[in-house]
Amino acid sequence: MKMPPFEYACPTSLSEAVKLLASHDGEAKALAGGQSLLPMMAFRVAQPTLLVDLRKLSGLGEIKISADGVRLGALVRWRDIEDDDRLDAAHPLLKAAIAHVAHYQIRNRGTVGGSIAHADPAAEMPGIAVACDAEIAVMGKAGARIIKAADFFLGALTTALQPDEIITEVRLPAWPASRRSGFQEFARRRGDFAMAGAALFYDLDKSGKASNAHVGVIGVGDRPRRLKPVEAVLNGSAIDEATIAKAAAAASAAVEPQEDIHASAAYRRSLTGTMVERALKSAAG
Amino acid sequence: MKNTFIGASIERREDLRFLRGRGIYVDDLTVPGLLYAVILRSSVAHGRLKSVDTSAALKIPGVHAVITAKDMNFTDYPAGVPIVPMRLQPLPEFKPFEQPVIAYDKVRYVGEPIAVVLASSVAVGEDALEHIAVEIEDLPPVATWRAAQKNESILFEPTGTNRSLMFEARKGDADTAFRDAPYTRRENLRTGRHYGLTMEPRGVMAEWDAAKNKLTVSGAAKVPFFNRRILAKQIGLAESDIEMIENDVGGGYGARGEFYPEDFLIPFAAKHINRPVKWIEDRRENLMAMNHARETEADLEIACNRDGTIIGVRGDVHTDMGAYMRTNGAVGARNAPQFMTGPYRVPHHKVDSHLWMTNKTPVGTYRGPGRFEGCFYMERLLDMVAADLGIDRVEMRRRNLISKAEHPYKLATAQPTNAHDQTDSGDYHATLDLCLKEFGWSEKSKLGGKLVGGKYHGVGVACFIEGGAAGPKESARLEINRDSTITVFMGTSSVGQGVETIYAQIAADALEVPIERIRHVYHGSTNTVSDGYGAYHSRSVVMGGSAVLVATEKFMATLRQAAGKRLGCAESSVTLDVDKVVAGGFSLPLGEFAGLTAESAFLNHKHTYSYGSHATHITVDAKLGHIEILDYLVVQDVGRAINPLTLRGQVIGSLVQGLGGAVLEDLKYDEQAQFLTGTLADYLLPLASDFPNLRCIVTDDHPSPINPLGAKGAGEGGIVAAGGCMANAVANALQSFGVQPRALPLSPTYIWELVQAGQQKAAE
Ligand SMILES: Cc1cc2nc3c(=O)[nH]c(=O)nc-3n(C[C@H](O)[C@H](O)[C@H](O)COP(=O)(O)OP(=O)(O)OC[C@H]3O[C@@H](n4cnc5c(N)ncnc54)[C@H](O)[C@@H]3O)c2cc1C
Repeated sequence: MKMPPFEYACPTSLSEAVKLLASHDGEAKALAGGQSLLPMMAFRVAQPTLLVDLRKLSGLGEIKISADGVRLGALVRWRDIEDDDRLDAAHPLLKAAIAHVAHYQIRNRGTVGGSIAHADPAAEMPGIAVACDAEIAVMGKAGARIIKAADFFLGALTTALQPDEIITEVRLPAWPASRRSGFQEFARRRGDFAMAGAALFYDLDKSGKASNAHVGVIGVGDRPRRLKPVEAVLNGSAIDEATIAKAAAAASAAVEPQEDIHASAAYRRSLTGTMVERALKSAAG
Repeated sequence: MKNTFIGASIERREDLRFLRGRGIYVDDLTVPGLLYAVILRSSVAHGRLKSVDTSAALKIPGVHAVITAKDMNFTDYPAGVPIVPMRLQPLPEFKPFEQPVIAYDKVRYVGEPIAVVLASSVAVGEDALEHIAVEIEDLPPVATWRAAQKNESILFEPTGTNRSLMFEARKGDADTAFRDAPYTRRENLRTGRHYGLTMEPRGVMAEWDAAKNKLTVSGAAKVPFFNRRILAKQIGLAESDIEMIENDVGGGYGARGEFYPEDFLIPFAAKHINRPVKWIEDRRENLMAMNHARETEADLEIACNRDGTIIGVRGDVHTDMGAYMRTNGAVGARNAPQFMTGPYRVPHHKVDSHLWMTNKTPVGTYRGPGRFEGCFYMERLLDMVAADLGIDRVEMRRRNLISKAEHPYKLATAQPTNAHDQTDSGDYHATLDLCLKEFGWSEKSKLGGKLVGGKYHGVGVACFIEGGAAGPKESARLEINRDSTITVFMGTSSVGQGVETIYAQIAADALEVPIERIRHVYHGSTNTVSDGYGAYHSRSVVMGGSAVLVATEKFMATLRQAAGKRLGCAESSVTLDVDKVVAGGFSLPLGEFAGLTAESAFLNHKHTYSYGSHATHITVDAKLGHIEILDYLVVQDVGRAINPLTLRGQVIGSLVQGLGGAVLEDLKYDEQAQFLTGTLADYLLPLASDFPNLRCIVTDDHPSPINPLGAKGAGEGGIVAAGGCMANAVANALQSFGVQPRALPLSPTYIWELVQAGQQKAAE
């Protein structure tokens, strides 16, 4: 399991990095934490001819919190999110989700941008991005652009990113202090990719009814997605036992999971409902 | 001085070098001019090998050679390609199913070696793999034992069958007993496909010295003397032309150290190209090339009296053997039917065991071979019978455990190998009682089936015996050094069990010297003693330890003779005092006798049987199918504990492996026999955080009568009953759904499906 031959560059500016990425006929790849890319190269599933190491690019490693929301630089690592106490209030859902990513050593290296670009259907960060209507800021040969999370993930390990584009930032909209949220996932061992997970939030109006419900799921289907039928169940209703049961049933009905070696499709379908149910209970609790 | 090193919890002398990162494993070795071997493995499960074109690979800079079957012309073998013979149960019936060292006419599993690239680095070698053109004509793959049974697609055409053998385990007259039995129950039970994953994958480094006609093979493990014999015959050298060197070994579990194709291919490559060659297995290869184990399906019937006493068991066990009969491949398929009755008194026993060849990685032994499977069948049956007959589960076991007075108790005999076996000693009831008491069974079992905080509580119990001490013999040698220390040389091997410490304890006690005097313990290489047997079947302590004892006797006799002569004293007056030889008021430094050596062997044809009980308290989240272990206790009596500290490590370690097999691990194939679990993200080993609440108690109340130490093999007690105990606990937890697990692993999907089925049935 040795990597195929490749060239390596470690640019110090974003424009240089973009130029390098554009220089190899689409065969160059950005290198961030390396926790997904390098194993794929060792298995020779990925065979880029040039690796463009992003580690010397300045300004991409910060977590910025303002009235507009949370901005995660592409090189922010899982560990940075875990250690940032400001996020407990600024984005509790993000914090709850990232606690489930991988293991200690991997959390020290894996990055937000890498996870978004890699687009594993069960990964937490893409799930949060989709559930929260995040914007993904990218820079390429043609300049900077913003891609909505809903348009970004096209399938398993497939995104709207052009080969010469680098993710610079993930922007999560502002989080009102009164917002209710819950995150639940289940993996066979702690730190494994989830067999199914739910990331959701809603606001409560004066009468105690939910509004603005966002329900995202991971690990079921080829990409993270929001479940509109479940959101419809929640919006305008009090989040009580009956609503939660209805929402869970709607969640199971809304997904088309695949079977794999870890779980059957029927199990995943049921698990999706259970995750939504438990996430709602913790949000309401 | 009277020593008591035996029985003391002495920290392992090996630990210092391991913990400081100073262990030397085969991959740490390098020599000038070394080439790296990389193996091209079949990606096709079943097919006819038409051609292998290596020309493009040979053009890659850094590639020195590519070896295929065409390079072999060993006239002792019909196709010129050596065959790996069986080490255990080498029956003539198995001959046609043995594995060639490299594919030449057919490929029979994904992972079978087709070519060996010799390159300046592993990376270059792997680059070259992509340039070897292999033409394979697909044949219908046989992906399950049920498909094999149809005999439509046959792996070894000349044999006309995919069944390499049927073992018959027999005792009493089961058919008559069943005819008259007041109660019977029949069940289908399955175990998953596992393997003894070693932290350090396999590795071989071979150096050929043409001038001296000497082949040195590093990376040996487990059974180096036997493997030297195989290699010598295959490659056409005398045994004494070959030296097998054991380095530090990162785990064995039955799998590492058996003779595999690579154990021929790498020495052959070194000789062929006349340069040293090293091959280190990577994890993907380890998953698809090292022996698999355990995958069985059993159709069993049990007959009992109304009071729960067992009358008999009968039925069939089907084992998915994979593509070839490997060195120890038949052991599990023989043990499962023969030893499934474990510690229980079963007067009538008739189980047939069918060995089915399939297009999967071949199987071999894995810690507790056949016993893990058999114990699962038996323990599941006992719980179901107890429920049927309205007998408490613990009482059911008490009524059937072999009593103290019944030893030696005869177990079933297995044909055609005529394998007789019997227990040696022990009080099985006492161990069960101790286990239940220390576990808190009477309190915890009240929770069984209760829903607390969204989770169902369950308790399980299971009992086991563990066979150990395989004969026929083992050797040890002691030698005096100039510095008045003593070196012990062993015919057994270390696979990480801590035998250097244990042998030093035994030798120091026997010689009545401080343990530091036993400065080095060497083992596992073919230069230690004249003949050795190795590390398997929980035999190192019993066989190796007893060999140390008999060698110390001979050593002292030899020393007394030499010292008596030197000092002019009676031999009987000679004693050893730390680093001096003392007699009749005279004393000489031990080093004066440097070079004095004595080798002796311990012979034994009987087996030891350590035994014990498992109890577990779990919760099950019925919606997730997720199991959490709140408490797990193993109590094992080992006859005599040489080192309770390392022993506990054995029990807990094997328990974790057992729980892996019970809950997580499963090597999977699709219907085309394509291998689906080629990474550790797919094959789920227990992580450090998965099973935190494990305990064990080891006792040594009942020494084995069959060896001078009184010790019993004890490497497998944690693993054997883990599957049965966990499945029983799940059944107990989910009793309100009528759940009865009949298969391992207890995966979330499986448990969830059982709950669904139970709910559906209740609704009807
Ligand atoms: C054992 C293990 C368990 C894991 N478990 C989980 C888990 O439970 N949940 C989870 O979410 N992840 C998990 N991961 C993946 C881990 O979180 C990765 O770190 C992450 O998915 C990728 O981030 P990275 O920085 O390592 O990216 P890299 O591996 O460096 O890159 C991944 C891909 O993204 C591209 N890329 C990287 N950065 C950028 C950028 N800024 N712009 C454009 N493209 C970019 C690369 O070219 C590559 O294609 C696990 C990994 C391992 C090894």
